[in-house]
Amino acid sequence: MDDFLLRALAAGIGVALVAAPLGVFVVWRRMAYFGDTLAHSALLGVALGFLLGISLNVAVVSISLLIALMLLALQNRKQLATDTLLGILAHSALSVGLVVMAFQQDVRVDLMGYLFGDILAVTIPDLLWVWGGGVLVLMLLAIIWQQLLAITVHEELAQVEGVPVLRTRLLFMLMIAMVIAVSMKIVGVLLITSMMIIPAAAARRFSSTPEQMAVVAAVIGMVAVGLGLAGSWFQDTPAGPSIVVSAALLFLAVQLVPSRR
Amino acid sequence: MPGSNSCATWQMRSWNVSVTDSAPLVKATGIDVSLGGRTILDRVDLSVSRGQVVTLIGPNGAGKTTLVRVMLGLLKPDAGRVERMRGITIGYMPQKLQVPENLPLTVQRFLRLACDREAAACEQVIEELGIAHLLRQPMQNLSGGEHQRVLLARALLREPDLLVLDEPVQGVDVTGQSELYALIGRIRDKYHCGVLMISHDLHLVMATTDDVLCLNGHVCCSGHPESVSRHPAYLELFGSKVADNLAVYTHHHDHDHDIHGNIIEKPEHDHG
Repeated sequence: MDDFLLRALAAGIGVALVAAPLGVFVVWRRMAYFGDTLAHSALLGVALGFLLGISLNVAVVSISLLIALMLLALQNRKQLATDTLLGILAHSALSVGLVVMAFQQDVRVDLMGYLFGDILAVTIPDLLWVWGGGVLVLMLLAIIWQQLLAITVHEELAQVEGVPVLRTRLLFMLMIAMVIAVSMKIVGVLLITSMMIIPAAAARRFSSTPEQMAVVAAVIGMVAVGLGLAGSWFQDTPAGPSIVVSAALLFLAVQLVPSRR
Repeated sequence: MPGSNSCATWQMRSWNVSVTDSAPLVKATGIDVSLGGRTILDRVDLSVSRGQVVTLIGPNGAGKTTLVRVMLGLLKPDAGRVERMRGITIGYMPQKLQVPENLPLTVQRFLRLACDREAAACEQVIEELGIAHLLRQPMQNLSGGEHQRVLLARALLREPDLLVLDEPVQGVDVTGQSELYALIGRIRDKYHCGVLMISHDLHLVMATTDDVLCLNGHVCCSGHPESVSRHPAYLELFGSKVADNLAVYTHHHDHDHDIHGNIIEKPEHDHG
């Protein structure tokens, strides 16, 4: 097996491991479109990172958080439905990102790579980002797990019981932003949400506790990475989309398993 | 309905001087809330002391839930102040709690979200509410009555000084309703906590509650439940039809049912 394939596998598994446990919360909290919006805005982060000459990961996390805070502020005005606001933010951020990039003619950006990922071109530093960021996010998630679960069940009840609701919500957004930043090069901004949602949705049928669902989702995500890379290796299909296709096929296969209840 | 505050001056008996200890656990004075230009609460006063059961009644949209949210500190009033005694624990039972369909959560796990108390203390509450057989069930499978008892258990697990219950009997059939109110009364006696609850029916809570606050934007009338039920402002608000139903409901009061026993649940899940 070639080195680049091993690196791709290590990076993909890292992404699956961290995206799945966050993904179950995205599914429970009905935030799929929110994750998508943050992912779309990541491209603006990339463009600004190049423009300002700062670390792309830092730029992406900052822009994602900024978009998340803007959403919170707009939601409080209660004039437009959340999905409308998300649609506005997602596509404006994506387009502004593309426009800003077009202005920088001295920078040659592999746009397709950012949109759909380039897992076969993963370098050792990329790998360190994925695993370093991933471990950090998982540790943070483990710390706030109980609180995040409590506000997912009922936010006001959790608040009365002393859970710091706003802080927990902000930390959750921060974690999503970090996952998007580190996995952008692997599966791309347009596909990263699928790595959170599809394994989580597929895991529901096999889980009777929240923790079980997170673990099963992570396993399904890793299997999807393996299958996708195999498909890419043997059939020369694009790697990132192949991983998502594998995840979708796994989801479909799970639906065919007869229900235990 | 803002305006017509004339009945507020009609207080037969001040509700905050009843069978209680010392200072109130929570006290709200002159609460004004308006949302979207509409006045929801108009200069409302309310206080709950240890060992006291205070019930808010009033028609839909009277601001009952809004007042409870203000008391809990979930909503900041436009005017007025809320004083909570320092260091008290509040057990809260929200009006509506629907666990997401795709979140696998057993009753046991749901209860553990409240706190990680040692098993013995939890078992006592679980025993008391008769929900031991439900612990391994997913939250989504519970009937209306079971659901409400599980919510009450979660509030009690925190050993609250103040219990706040937003329509604790919704989705429960009439027999189960009087059972649940009787249980709330026993809880107050046993834990000696203050109870603030919302009810849509004065006559069902009559045996349990010490004081009633009839709310319709402003405080229409307040005091001992018997006196409120005869109060002209109350009769005007609910109509004499409600008063006629009194006989039917007191009939249910007179029966003594076992909380663990044969509570006939409605087959459908009614969280509404």
